[in-house]
Amino acid sequence: MKQFTYERAASPAEAASKAANNQNAKFIAGGTNLLDLMKLEIESPTHLIDVNGLDLDKIEQSENGGVRIGALVRNTDLASDERIRRDYGVLSRALLAGASGQLRNKATTAGNLLQRTRCPYFYDTAQPCNKRKPGSGCSAIGGVTRQLGVIGVSDACIATHPGDMAIAMRALDATVETVKPDGATRAIPIADFHKLPGDTPEIETTLERGEVITAVTLPAPVGGKHVYRKVRDRASYAFALVSVAAIIQPDGTGRVAVGGVAPKPWRVEEAEADLPQGSKAVMAKVFAGAKPTEENSFKVTLAERTLAGILEETKG
Amino acid sequence: MLFDRPATTNPIDQMKVVGQHITRIDGPKKVTGTATYAYEWNHANLNVAYGYPVGAGIAKGRISSMDIQAARNAPGVLAVVTAETAGKLSKGKMNAAKLLGGPEISHYHQAIAVVVAETFEQARAAASLIKVDYVRAPGSYDLEAAKDTAKKPEGSEGEDADTSAGNFDKAFAEAAVKFDQTYTTPDQSHAMMEPHSSLAMWDGDEVTVWTSNQMIAWNKSEMAITLGIDPEKVHIMSPFVGGGFGSKLFLRSDAVLAALGAKAAGRPVKLALPRPFVMNNTTHRPATIQRIRIGTTQEGKITAIAHESWNGNLPGGSLETAVAQTRLLYAGENRMTSMRLAALDLPEGNAMRAPGEAPGLMALEIAMDELAEQLNLDPVELRIINDTQVDPEKPERKFSHRQLVECLRRGAETFGWDKRNAETGRVKDGRWMVGMGVAAAFRNNMNMKSGARVRLDSEGVVTVETDMTDIGTGSYTIIAQTAAEMMGVTIDKVAVELGDSRFPASSGSGGQWGGNSSTAGVYAACVALRDAISQKVGFNSADVTFADGQIRSGNRSIALAEAAGKDGVVAEDTIEYGDLAEEMQQSTFGAHFVEVGVDMYTAEIRVRRMLSVCAAGRILNPITARSQVIGAMTMGVGGAFMEELAVDKRRGFFVNHDLAGYEVPVHADIPHQDVIFLDETDPTTSPMKAKGVGELGLCGVAAALSNAVHNATGVRIRDYPVTLDKLLRDMPQVG
Repeated sequence: MKQFTYERAASPAEAASKAANNQNAKFIAGGTNLLDLMKLEIESPTHLIDVNGLDLDKIEQSENGGVRIGALVRNTDLASDERIRRDYGVLSRALLAGASGQLRNKATTAGNLLQRTRCPYFYDTAQPCNKRKPGSGCSAIGGVTRQLGVIGVSDACIATHPGDMAIAMRALDATVETVKPDGATRAIPIADFHKLPGDTPEIETTLERGEVITAVTLPAPVGGKHVYRKVRDRASYAFALVSVAAIIQPDGTGRVAVGGVAPKPWRVEEAEADLPQGSKAVMAKVFAGAKPTEENSFKVTLAERTLAGILEETKG
Repeated sequence: MLFDRPATTNPIDQMKVVGQHITRIDGPKKVTGTATYAYEWNHANLNVAYGYPVGAGIAKGRISSMDIQAARNAPGVLAVVTAETAGKLSKGKMNAAKLLGGPEISHYHQAIAVVVAETFEQARAAASLIKVDYVRAPGSYDLEAAKDTAKKPEGSEGEDADTSAGNFDKAFAEAAVKFDQTYTTPDQSHAMMEPHSSLAMWDGDEVTVWTSNQMIAWNKSEMAITLGIDPEKVHIMSPFVGGGFGSKLFLRSDAVLAALGAKAAGRPVKLALPRPFVMNNTTHRPATIQRIRIGTTQEGKITAIAHESWNGNLPGGSLETAVAQTRLLYAGENRMTSMRLAALDLPEGNAMRAPGEAPGLMALEIAMDELAEQLNLDPVELRIINDTQVDPEKPERKFSHRQLVECLRRGAETFGWDKRNAETGRVKDGRWMVGMGVAAAFRNNMNMKSGARVRLDSEGVVTVETDMTDIGTGSYTIIAQTAAEMMGVTIDKVAVELGDSRFPASSGSGGQWGGNSSTAGVYAACVALRDAISQKVGFNSADVTFADGQIRSGNRSIALAEAAGKDGVVAEDTIEYGDLAEEMQQSTFGAHFVEVGVDMYTAEIRVRRMLSVCAAGRILNPITARSQVIGAMTMGVGGAFMEELAVDKRRGFFVNHDLAGYEVPVHADIPHQDVIFLDETDPTTSPMKAKGVGELGLCGVAAALSNAVHNATGVRIRDYPVTLDKLLRDMPQVG
């Protein structure tokens, strides 16, 4: 861990302007990902802006019948919130499928959205990685790829977004609210929040320098049965091989987002029209254009079978 | 004490303390954080500095240049040591690659420098400033590709690589039923909780190393060879070890780098290997390819059996003896085993819990399951009808005590094996496809010379000193039980000091030899102490008894505290072994029964229940022995379903080098576990009449689990680990 300076921000706008002035600054909230990355010298910020003191830790009813989740709401608190459990069960279940109790106590809503990939080559600083060191090449391509992405990937990067929470938020059509250094605010649909790698895998979100996430909002509840199925090699404390967030209505229509397969939460809205035809039809469209490797092509089959199980479970 | 004939009745047979359910005597220290592990030695006046290693970023080649200037100038840095600046270093006898490499690089993350600084953070930050340029050399990293180049090793290892009896080829060709399959097991990491750690301190030309090591005497001599100093100038301390599994049998880079760093900085230096180094800097269990052929009669009697195994290693590295159990486990007149070693440039493969038998049984015990299916026989019965009470390669040698059949029968009855549906894919519980599996467990018993010193003091307290280690196994407790039984005192009157090279050399912990051997050494020392006390008080040692804190002869008795006098009485002895283990085959046996569920949609596998029945001589402490076996069963779940060091075959390293990428079971993976120990004593093994149990519990578990997955789904996976991606190819259609 390199030496760094540290300060606390008093307001989101102040945090944003402080960060805008320092190219090597990072926000720190729970620190569950950033501190690990700093110890491994994958991230070496010279300045940390602690945002924990910002008053962004409430879950509130929003005016359109939805919910506004403060950026600093801890994963444990979000998962156990009565409204979330009742009206947005897929989100509560996704959160509880992630990490461990200790980590969820610390991890925040905004931090979870910004967690970085778990590609093993990203984690080994002796290996080339375009995400860690732009232009150095991708050592994962042609290497050990069982965990890595099958769709939305590029010739520069095949890493996945590792989270669970964002997959459920994608199915819920969440919106990310931010404030920029100049004080302007914006609302970013979660579909547009994470970026595909293309030639610039080091750019992972649409956030501009200094821009601070203040909240995630969920639209009014949509009803239906909420399922989050996370498939992994061991029963707990592992990243998803594939996860499926689904909201299935009594008439068989619904929404499906897939995790563990792409650099961002993967949802293809047009595919959802095929839900009454079954999982094969849906996943054929979800994975249209997929470029799996020999080692991870099972993810396509696995996603299809996982959804089949969900459709069986939510029938009638 | 020379042990060269079977034990007769001795004080251990009283079983007042030995064999009793006694909780760990070091337990309170462990749960209160007062058991001091290697990295935790902190004396205010020690003035410790911190070391951080630099590992090679390539697998094979040489360093063309190394710039350490920036690191040397970094804040807090006291010293930077490389092969160039370390002075003359030799390679120990027990490690294949140098522990401080350069300019030649033998494997990925081979240590090439150590940075010493005032704080850990400073050392780590400075280490990252070292710039290294390499010239890569082509390497060999793919066992399958290298298999055809594998050779019989030179020397004694090569002489033991092949065995045969009768005529396998002919008998197999003529067999009514033939079976021939190939299996693979992956590279595995020990992944113990505590990474390799050391604190080294020089006093003139003598070095003291507080370290985490299983074998103190080996460590001492290897350190002396490596540093080129007199072994008497090396002092090793390893009283508590946070798991080893074979990874800490040998001197590793943490101790060498700490010693070199301490010398260069003129300060005590503490160094722990970062977690990724555990995978690529230290040793691992090497991958194997195994071919098994079995010929039987129509009734399932084995007439021919062959087991061949291939593994790779660095030059100087050894065979993984995966055929070891096949030489002894099942009957059959015509047999052959063979092992070949390929040159690979991956990190060194070496012993990991039950080396040989663990991967060997992963293959053999699937083969037996497949064969039973082919013969339309129950897999328990197939094993029973092929039992042998003699070494099948040398029928004149009998097993000293073999209760494999009893383990299988007792396990089948307890587990409800009769409820297993032999037809695969038939049992469902909601979305779960449910199956049962069985496998035999087998591991040889080994005895090692082991010494101890025992002291009786004027308080009546018996203190045992031996360089034996407790790697979580319970050595402290069983040694205390042995001394208490021998001296006729309660266990709270015994103090045990371990893991110090100034104490008599013991068996150390490895190969499941530690429990029986180290307590036998304490037995020998206690016999000497009993004689010394008898002599001191003028009793005839032939007719004395030690009980209730007293020494008695006829109607005379003296309290031990009084007998000790103010100077106390000390005795020391070492148990040594004659030829009994050559005359008779000493082995441990068991049977594993497991039930798994496989999700019919996702092919996720979850264990539902597990039972092990073990026959392993006298069980010295049912609590610590059970802990050994359930820990091993848990490790078997990892071996069956998740553990694999993933090899990057282009770049030559284990990619998943942390505990997020190298998955071992978590609590949620482990269901109800039961262990039954058959009542057994084996007087041929030692005065304790015990055998090892620490590795037996792992042997066969993974195969039983794999067999259960097949019973549940009908899908047979022959390449470990059995993961859902492999199952999915053949799972029944859904949706």
